[in-house]
Amino acid sequence: MFAIFKKELRAYLTTPIGYVYVGIFLAVSALICAFTTLQQASYNTSAYFQYLLFLLIVLIPILTMRMFAEERKSRTEQLLLTAPVTITGMVLGKFFAAFTLFASTVVVSCVNFLPLIGYAVSEQSISTADTHIGPIGGQIIGCLIGVLLIGAAFIAIGLFISSLTENQLASAIVTIAVLAAMVFVGIIAAYVNSPVLRTVLDWVSVLSRYDNFSMGLFDFSALLYYVSIAGVFVFLTVRIYEKRRWG
Amino acid sequence: MIKIEHLVKSYGANTAVDDISFEVARGEIVGLLGPNGAGKSTTMNILAGYLSSSAGRVTVDGLNVLDEPLEVKRRIGYLPEQPPLYLDMTVEEYLIFVYNLKGCTLNRTKHLAEICEVVKLTDVYHRLIKNLSKGFRQRVGIAQALIGNPPVIIFDEPTVGLDPKQIIEVRNLIRTLGRDHTVILSTHILQEVQAVCDRIIIINKGKIVADELTENINRVAANTCRYQLKICGPQREVLAMLRDRADVAYAEVLAARDGDAYVYHVESQRGVDIRKSLFFAFSAKGWPIVGMETLGLNLEDIFISVVDRTNAEDGTKKAAKGRRQRTGTPEKDIAQSILDATAAKQEQIAPMEGDE
Repeated sequence: MFAIFKKELRAYLTTPIGYVYVGIFLAVSALICAFTTLQQASYNTSAYFQYLLFLLIVLIPILTMRMFAEERKSRTEQLLLTAPVTITGMVLGKFFAAFTLFASTVVVSCVNFLPLIGYAVSEQSISTADTHIGPIGGQIIGCLIGVLLIGAAFIAIGLFISSLTENQLASAIVTIAVLAAMVFVGIIAAYVNSPVLRTVLDWVSVLSRYDNFSMGLFDFSALLYYVSIAGVFVFLTVRIYEKRRWG
Repeated sequence: MIKIEHLVKSYGANTAVDDISFEVARGEIVGLLGPNGAGKSTTMNILAGYLSSSAGRVTVDGLNVLDEPLEVKRRIGYLPEQPPLYLDMTVEEYLIFVYNLKGCTLNRTKHLAEICEVVKLTDVYHRLIKNLSKGFRQRVGIAQALIGNPPVIIFDEPTVGLDPKQIIEVRNLIRTLGRDHTVILSTHILQEVQAVCDRIIIINKGKIVADELTENINRVAANTCRYQLKICGPQREVLAMLRDRADVAYAEVLAARDGDAYVYHVESQRGVDIRKSLFFAFSAKGWPIVGMETLGLNLEDIFISVVDRTNAEDGTKKAAKGRRQRTGTPEKDIAQSILDATAAKQEQIAPMEGDE
C-alpha cells in the first residue's frame, strides 16, 4: 500500500497534472479570497470557503480521473493486481495519495489569509476599542476541517468513478456531474416544500452538514457522514475490482 | 510446484478455458502452445491471481490461489502479454517501485543490479521507459517479473515484437532461469518451445490437446521416413526403380535439378531405413546418389495436425473428413499418438471423481 501511495504522489509531481491542479487551486482560491474579503472590506471568511467548495467540483476530478482509468488502459493494473498487495491496500494507497496532495494545497492556500491578518494587525494598532478585529480563528479552522472532510468524500467518489472506465475524460466529466449534483442539491432543497423530499435532499447534499463547521462548531455527526461517504466509495471501488476479477 | 485441476473460466456464454488440468514440477520449463484465443493468457492470468477461475482448483506450492492469494502472489513473477510499464518512470524508478510493491527484503541496490545485469538493462537504467524501444520495454517487463526472486516465473509471449537477436537472448535467459526457477511460458511460436521448454502443453479452444515432453516429440518427429535424394541418371528409369521397390511407399520427381542430377522425393515404408540399401542399389546401377537429405518432421507440422485434429473432432462432418486424412501423413499419426497419450495422462493427473 505504501509503495502505491508513494508512486501516486510521485506521479502527481512528475507529470503536469499535479501542477495544473495545484496552480489552479492556489490561483483561483487567492482570487476568491480577494473578492470575498478584501474587496468587501470584510473579515468574514465563510463565503470564501463556500466558493472553495464549488471550486472542488472541478478540481477533485483532476486528481482522481486518471487513478484507475489510466492504470486500466495501460494494463498496469495487471502488475498491481498480481503483486502481493490486497485490492483494499491498492485503493487506499491511491486514495491517500490524492488526499495528501489535496490537503497540502488546502494548507498552503492558507497564505490567502495573510493579507487579512496584516490588515487586522494594522487596524488593531490604531484602534482604541478593546474588541477583536480580524478573521475569526475558530471559523477558519472549522471551515478548513469541513473542506478537508468534504474533499476526502469527493476524492473517494472520484476514485470510484475512475475505476468504472478506462477513459480519463469520461471519468472526469462524470465525476464533475456527480459532485455538482451533490452540491447543488443542497441549494435546491431550500426551495422544496415537501418535508419528506426536503429531508432526503438534505441528506444527500454535502453542504447541509457543512454549515456547523462554517460557524466554527465541530460537528461529530458531520464528520461521521463525510468519513462514511469516503468509506463507502472506497469499499465500492474495491468491489468493482473484485467483481471484474470474477467476471 | 504448480497444480491445476479442472480449471474452467467462462465469460458469460463464452468458455475461454474448459476443464484444464496439469502439473508442473519444480525447475521445469513448460511451454503453453496454442493458436490465438486458445486460452493461454487466461490460464496464466488465473495462475497469477489476476483473474478468478469459474471452477477448478489452482495450487502453487500447496497453497490455493483463492485461499491465500498474497502468499501465492509472493511466489510468482508474472510478465503479462503487454508488459505493465509506467511510461513516465525511468527504468530505475520503475524497478524500485516494483521492489517496494512486492515488499522485497533482499538488498535493493544489489538485487536490482543483478537483475539488470541478467536482462542487460544497465545501459538504459536511467532512461525514461517511454523512450525505450519495444525490445528494451520487454526486458524491463522481464526484469520486473524477476524482482524478489520468485520460485515460479510466468511469461506470456515473452518474445513478441523482439528482433531475432533479442529473441535468442530472451530464450537463453529463460533457459538460464529454468535452472533454479519453475518457468511457464506461452507462445504461438513453435521453435520457441522447441528451443527452450522441457515440456509442451498444447491448448486449443480452452482444452489441453497435447501434453508431452519436448524430447519425446522431437524423437518421434525425428524418426521420419522422408528423404530428398539427388540421383544422377535417367529420370524415368530412376523413378521407376524407386517406385518398384517394396520398401518405398511413395516417390516423385521434383522440379529442381542439380547438374545432371534430378531431385526425388521419397517416402519409405514406416520403420524401415532405406538409405543404405538405396545407396547400394543405385551404385550397382552406376547411378550415383549425389545428395541425400532426411526431411525431419518439424514441430510445426505436428502442431498443425494436432490443432486440426481437435478442431475436426468438434463437428461430425469435419470429423469424418479428419478420419479420412488420418490414413495419410505421418504427422497425423504422431499427432494422434500424442493426443491419445495426453488423454490417458489427463485421466491420471486429475481423475474426474476426485474433485476435492
